[in-house]
Amino acid sequence: MLVEILFYIFATLLVAGALGVITARNPVYSVLFLVFCFVNSAAIWLLVEAEFLAIVLVLVYVGAVMVLFLFVVMMLDINLAEIRQGFTRFAWLGWITALAVIAEITGVIWRNGLGGVDVGRGFVSEPANYSNTLELGRVLYTHYAYPFELAAVLLVVAIVAAIALTLRRRPGLKVQDISRQVAVRAEDRLRVVKVSAEKRS
Amino acid sequence: MITLADMLTLSGILFALAVAGIFLNRKNVILLLMCVELLLLAANFNFIAFSRMLGDLTGQVFVFFVLTVAAAESAIGLAILVVLFRERRSINVEDLNTLKG
Repeated sequence: MLVEILFYIFATLLVAGALGVITARNPVYSVLFLVFCFVNSAAIWLLVEAEFLAIVLVLVYVGAVMVLFLFVVMMLDINLAEIRQGFTRFAWLGWITALAVIAEITGVIWRNGLGGVDVGRGFVSEPANYSNTLELGRVLYTHYAYPFELAAVLLVVAIVAAIALTLRRRPGLKVQDISRQVAVRAEDRLRVVKVSAEKRS
Repeated sequence: MITLADMLTLSGILFALAVAGIFLNRKNVILLLMCVELLLLAANFNFIAFSRMLGDLTGQVFVFFVLTVAAAESAIGLAILVVLFRERRSINVEDLNTLKG
């Protein structure tokens, strides 16, 4: 019963946060609302006993991705008035689409029961000595070892791509070129000239 | 006890709100990226709900990969955004007409 009450509290907060994300006037507030959404989602995932993913969501999303978003939002000097112009022009279409999607999904789930799946069944809790992280790791490092390594490669490619995109070479900037400095040879710079000795007067 | 229907409904509402957000903030690239994050979160809810109901960890492994791809996507998306802002001094989608699309 307590779990259910907590679920509804977190679900309400999550939906409220999502509404905040899409309607906030300032992008900084949107990012903060999205952080709030992710924290509530992590709480719900904890309630349904997906503990590892809940912690990963907090660490990776709230800790890294959303900070990156916040950083970019605050770094860019955005003209808010121009962005907000025409905000309500297609708003009705957006709300109608949202209501239609919600009506269809809830209809399919609650009326038709997903065509034979027992949707009213609750999640059976695992025994007390069950470790979600252990089981997930066992699957991830055996059966999904190659996809796991592929994910690592993907992250490396993302790092390289992000750095290569934002790297900026400004012409006329006075910087040291270390490789050229190291490659310098003495005979390029220094000329030894034989000068005949003068007679001592 | 939390039921499958509860989780699926929650994810449906979240998905619909994110779609509405794409309609509302169609000019602001940052908010579009954030709405995509919300869409992926809603999809992850479904994966976790079905994984827990079927007692199969594959769904949770898939959520793990979705999180990886989403992190890579947002990193590259924001990098493109920064380059774009440097070029155009704007992140308005309507200013992105170089390709005459």
